[in-house]
This record gives sequence, C-alpha cells and structure tokens, in this order.
Amino acid sequence: MGQGAIPDSSGQKDRGAGMTGTTHAVDMRGIVKHFGGVKALQGVDFQVEAGEIHALLGGNGAGKSTILKVLNGVHVPDEGTIEICGTKIIAMSPEASRDAGVAMIFQEMSLIPTLSVAQNVYLTREAKTGAGLIDDRVAERKAKELFDMLEVDVDPRALVGDLGAGQKQLTEIVKAISQDARVLVLDEPSTALSVSDVERLFVFLRKLKSQGVAIIYVSHRMDEIARIADRATILRDGRHVITAPLSELPIDTMIEHIVGKRSKGLSDVARESAELGEALLELVNVSGAHKPQDISLTVHRGEVVGLAGLLGSGRSSLARVIAGIDPVASGEIRVAGTPVQINKPKDAIDARIALVPEARATQGIIGAHSVASNISMAVLDHLSNRSVMNTQAVRETADHQIKHLSIKTASRDHAVSTLSGGNQQKVVIGKWLAADPDILILDEPTAGIDIGSKSEIIRLVRDLAKSGKAVLMISSELSELLTACDRIVVMSEGRAAGTYPRHDLDDPNLPADDTMHQLQAAEQKLQFHIQEALKHQGHAHVHQ
Amino acid sequence: MSTSENLSSGTGIVARFGLANWRQNIIYIGFAVIFLIFALTLNDKGFLNPNNLLNIVRQTAMIAVMAIAMTFVLSAGEIDLSVGAVAGLASVTTAMAIDVGGLFFGVAAGLATGIAVGVFNGLLTTRIGIPSFLTTLAMMGIAKGVAMWVSDTSAVPIIEPAYSWLFGGGSIGIIPVLLIWMVVLGVIGHFVLKRTSFGRRVLATGGGETAARYSGIDTSSIKFRVLIVSSMAAALAGMLYAGRLQSGRFQLGEGDELSVIAAAVLGGTSLFGGYGTVIGTIVGALMIGLINNGLILMGLEFSQQLIARGGIIILAVALSQKRS
Repeated sequence: MGQGAIPDSSGQKDRGAGMTGTTHAVDMRGIVKHFGGVKALQGVDFQVEAGEIHALLGGNGAGKSTILKVLNGVHVPDEGTIEICGTKIIAMSPEASRDAGVAMIFQEMSLIPTLSVAQNVYLTREAKTGAGLIDDRVAERKAKELFDMLEVDVDPRALVGDLGAGQKQLTEIVKAISQDARVLVLDEPSTALSVSDVERLFVFLRKLKSQGVAIIYVSHRMDEIARIADRATILRDGRHVITAPLSELPIDTMIEHIVGKRSKGLSDVARESAELGEALLELVNVSGAHKPQDISLTVHRGEVVGLAGLLGSGRSSLARVIAGIDPVASGEIRVAGTPVQINKPKDAIDARIALVPEARATQGIIGAHSVASNISMAVLDHLSNRSVMNTQAVRETADHQIKHLSIKTASRDHAVSTLSGGNQQKVVIGKWLAADPDILILDEPTAGIDIGSKSEIIRLVRDLAKSGKAVLMISSELSELLTACDRIVVMSEGRAAGTYPRHDLDDPNLPADDTMHQLQAAEQKLQFHIQEALKHQGHAHVHQ
Repeated sequence: MSTSENLSSGTGIVARFGLANWRQNIIYIGFAVIFLIFALTLNDKGFLNPNNLLNIVRQTAMIAVMAIAMTFVLSAGEIDLSVGAVAGLASVTTAMAIDVGGLFFGVAAGLATGIAVGVFNGLLTTRIGIPSFLTTLAMMGIAKGVAMWVSDTSAVPIIEPAYSWLFGGGSIGIIPVLLIWMVVLGVIGHFVLKRTSFGRRVLATGGGETAARYSGIDTSSIKFRVLIVSSMAAALAGMLYAGRLQSGRFQLGEGDELSVIAAAVLGGTSLFGGYGTVIGTIVGALMIGLINNGLILMGLEFSQQLIARGGIIILAVALSQKRS
C-alpha cells in the first residue's frame, strides 16, 4: 500500500519497552471451556506478539468468539492459564482484562452518539480547568493532537452520531489507544465499512502495529487477512489447528484447515435431483435502496436456490426486498410470469410469498404465546368471520401444521418458548405454511439449533420443494446450502457474483456415494468461490 | 472517493448547525415572538407593566427550580413524576417543623423530606429495577397521601417573617428573592450539566447506557443521584410555595409535574435522554408563565386557558423535536 515506512512518532510513549522476545503480548495456554455439555474450547493455545497483526480464523462454532470472550474476561475458563504482556492474570474479569491492556473494539458499542468525538475519547477522564470544571477545548486539542499523530482524519468536535461507520470505528480504536491498550481485538471490523474506509483502517492498524500494539483481527474475509495479517491462528471445533505466518498459508490452505473433516450428520441428508416446474419467482435486475444491487434470479417450482456469502453481502437485504419489508428501488419481480408490485409485506403475502426471517426470537415468534396462536398469526383473517376468531379453525390449522412438520410439543396450547430451538423454528415455518405460499424464503433457518434438528429442517426444506414450492434459502453454513440446494448463488457486496449448479461443485475424482468427502470437497470449492468474489468486488471498487 | 465522503460529512455538519440548530433554538425564537405579540396586543391591559413582568417570574420560579433538576433526570434517560406532590409534602413538613422548632429546623425538615423521597425513588429504580416512570408515579400518590394525613388536609400557617422573606415572599429593592433563587440555581445547574464530570456522565448515561457502562460509568449511581437531585429541588420548590403563601398545604404544586416536564422539553431537553440544556429549560418555564399570564390578561376563562396552553405547548414541542 506504499505506506510501509511510517515515521516513528516520538510523542507516543514506548509501549514495547521492557518486552523481550520471550514475552508474548497474549499468552493463553490449555484453555478449556464447557457450556453445559457443549465443549466450546478443548485445550486451546493462543499466543500473540507485540507489534504483530494476528488473524484468528475458523468456521461457525470453531470457538473464535469463545476464546475472545475468555481473553476479554467475559467467560471464565474451566482450565488453562492467561498471561497478558508478561503479567499472569489469576482472577479473570472484564476489569482485570482491561487493566492488563486488552481492548475489544465493539461495533460502536462504547461510543455515545449524543456526545462529540473528543468528549467520547476522554469520557470519565475529562480535562479540567483549575476550578475543576470540564474544559472541552483542551480535550478537543488533545484529541486533535492524538488523531493527527495517528494520522486519523476525524473532527474531534463532530457529534459521534453524525459520523460514518468507518470514522466511528477509528474513534473507538483511538479511544482504546488513549487508554493505553496494548492488545487490540477487532471482531469483523470491516463488515460495516466501505472499501475506502477499510483502506483507512488498514493504514491505521499498520501504524499501531509499528508502535508495538498487538492486534488480533477476526474476519471471514481471507483476502483482507492475506493483506493485513502477519500470522494466523486457525481453530476448528474448539481445538487449535495451526498457527503460521501468512506467507505459509495461501487461501486454499486456509480453507482446508478451516473446513477440515466434516463431522457426520449433514452429509446423511440425501440430496435429490429436483424435478423442476415452471418459473415461480423471477427477479429482473432488482435493486434495493443500498443492497441488493442488480439481482437477476429465477426460482422454479420444486427448486431450492441457496444464497451464499458473508455477513453484509446483501443476502438478507434481498430477502427483505422480495418480502416487501424493504422497498424495491428498481427492477421487476415476477411471480408465475406476472409482474407484481411489492410495496409492503401484505403485497408479498398476497403474491403468495412468505419470508421466514433470520432473527427467530424477535421477528419470528411470540414466545409467551401458544403454539396454536403463533401458527395462526399470519392467517387470522382467513380463520375469522367478521373479525371474530373461529377457534375451531385455529385449532385445526395448528394441529395440521404440528402433524405435517412433526413439531414436538406437549400440546398446541403450550407456550412456544418451552419448545426446543428446532421446534420453535418449525413453528415459524408452520406459521407461513399455514398461509399456503408458493414461494418460501428462509433466512438462516438453522441458526442456533442443534445438529440433529438441523438435518431435520434441511429435509423439511427438500420436502417443501418436492411438494411444489419454490424455495430461496440463506445460510452461513455452506454444508447446509450444499445439502439443501439445487443451485447456489454467491453474493458479495450486494451483487450476485456467480451462480453454481450443485452438481458442478461435486468432485468427479471422488466416488459419488462418498457423500461425506463429496460434501467436504464441495464446501472447499464454494468457500473458494466466495473468497474469489470478494477479491474481484474489492478491486472493482478500488478502480472506480 | 475520499473527497466525496468528506463533502458528504461536511453537509452533515452544515445540516447540524443550520436546520437542527434552528430547531434547538426554537424556544428562544418562540419566547421572543410570543412576548412581542402579547406586548403589542395586551399593552393596554398592563402586560408590559414591570410589576406584571415580575409577577410572571414569581409565578414560574418554582416550576423553573423543579425543571432545572428535571433537565438532569431527563438527560439521564429517566423521568420524575412525583415532583408536584413532593413539593406539596415538603411545604407541609416545613411549615409543621417551623411551628415546632423554628426556621432552621423547618428548612432542615423540608430538605430531609426531599432526600428521603429521592432515596426511595432512587433505590426502587436502580436496585429493584422498577422503571422510574412507575416508581415516581406511585410516589406521587404516596407523597400526596402523607401530606394530607399529617396536615389533616388543612393549611399549616407559617408565622416566621424571616422564612417568608427568604423563601418566596421577599424582595431586594425591586428584585424578588424568587428571581434570585431561579438565577442562582440556574447558573449552578448549567455549569454542573455542561462543565462537570457528573454532568457529562449524566448525558452519557442517557445518550447510550450500554456504551456508558462499557466506558466505566456507574450508570445506576448516576440515575440514583439525579433522582435525589430532583426530589430535593421539588422539596425546595415546596418550601418556596410555603414561604410565598405563608403556609404549607398539600395542594401546593399539584399538577406541576406536567408544567415542569413541558418546560424542560420546550427548552430542548430530550425526553429520551442524551441532550439537555438548563438555560433552555428556564426559558421554557418562563414561556409557560408568559402564556399563562397573557391568557389571563386576555380575559379567557380558565377552561379556555387550559385548552390554549395545551395547544401552544404541543405546537412548540412539535417544532423543537429532533428528527432522526
């Protein structure tokens, strides 16, 4: 990036002083953490040096966020030792972690939008006049010096609420640095940032690195990691897999380590070749206000189409646009060949489109209400006669879905919150199936449910397609998409980067009936396509 | 690319100091406009008579004193509905204590009443977690009930000229003591909110409680303290009422909570926390007094005054609301 030689700032105190090569900035050894019966971490070692950017990688459930929460003092480990900058931490707590110099950068979590940048940076450590009154002008001057020294372009007088996402994040990091943070933890820092903001962040991180700050960088974007990180640690299933310099970890090697050997379970779900009917859902150059951009896509009767991509790639935005929650900015949506105007959720429901949303607890169910009441929620008009509910019809509808989806509940009158995650998800699906939609959109239908229920949900998705519905499915777990879908669209930055028929992802060199290894190979291929898409999109923007 | 982004953030700043500031300052413009209208139309009825203007101050000083503290409560994202009833209770306890033990004992009893109520409100809100809306709503009834009970629902006379002069009745030359109370407390309130770390923590707590906690602010303690400040200000207002009327009565301050909250919100303090201005609050209180006075001079009946006052307040608050 042509900025390799960043001038040394003499104003900053020497954070590296007293540290020899044998002292790690972070030294975690043998960390074990169980949650009930779930082994989140099974003896993980994790070392980070001062003055390096260390990437932490792993798939969903690999233990990344758990080990960071241990480092941050939120979780107390069952076993293991933690040393920060040479000091052994005996009683771990958020305060102890902070006092030892660890700063976790939350997405805008520690900034107060109604205060200015300078006021936020020096919150609880305000500059005072001789009379003991706060002097914001001194704070603004100090903040300006600090921002100038770190070459960060943010106006200290601006209100934080008026800043863009990138500036907010830089402000948060500066705040941490001004509090003598020596270990910075950044969890998916680029998700909310534009390409130019990411560039600014990188320049800044390199500057901090040159001053001896240890930076832990968590991201799913391997192109970013390849550019910014010095070393990487990969976790899988709660275990340490490898720690190596980035030069020894090309992207496909990283993917191999992250995916590893697939545990059984999902590969059991038989993938069937779909018998396709007519096109039920057609999108022609559909764009939303910001995302998605220019999506053209067709889903046929009997087909499951998957949307793959990282957080913020526009998958859920696309789902919301189709379901009428977000407005369509341009383009055309056709249902069964007829163009439809979708301006509000009711329009989508009338066009027989149903969205099973991503956040089950807030958008999907009312936990305190009964199974029957939840299932009938979307079709109350049909189950009522002049606004008076036909309780008999409500019971029948509920019973039908409970049986159809084999929802495990003591009775239709039990509160949904008493059900397991998988069964709650079935209630949400049942709620929409009660409306008898032709087109079903599922956003992360397996989030937060156990592996057994997952394969049941996947099987259900296949059955729904077979019964003549068109299904659009979003999932961050590639193995699920690969098991459920006939076609997978890779999205990146709001655009469709590529469409891959499922059988194109098979490995012809492996026996077709070795589903486990086939799934593993396909997952690596798909992961590779997603990373490639990121790279291309990134370049396209930079050259604009 | 970076230029275009700088430009867009630049327009954001323009918008903030242009339009949004216009909204923030609507109270001052509104005050001036209403004053001008009354001056032109009601001059023959003595609106501009210095005595009438000082009367407006005398009538609004108690509202202003409570509203200064309410600015802190609202800025911290809380609310205190008990202020009116607490003022009534403090007027009664002060009057009774003066009767027993003289001036100092009376003042001590009044302030102790405020502290006791504040601690009660604060503990229920921060320790048990009952929203301050409910805590103080309940306290409104309790305080009024206690005041009625201990005074046997009758007025308690105060025969102590020094008290009456100091708390409400007196004046230095032409300047009423009530005006001095209002100005002194206003200046202190303004500096505490804008220039002390306590004030900054109050604004931070209301602006983003989670973020404030992550920054090491004990938000419970901040809420506890603003509720105590509010109850003490209410007690002081009750003492001022008592001094002005030379008696303590449970009805004093009744219904004031609405005027107090309206004064703060009119002044530009956010009902949702994070923004507050003591000067705006005082002007807001004066504006409510101004409107009351003008409507009386116009010869409107009480029923009509209520309607007109409500309408003007709604208009002013609607204009001063921040749009997100």
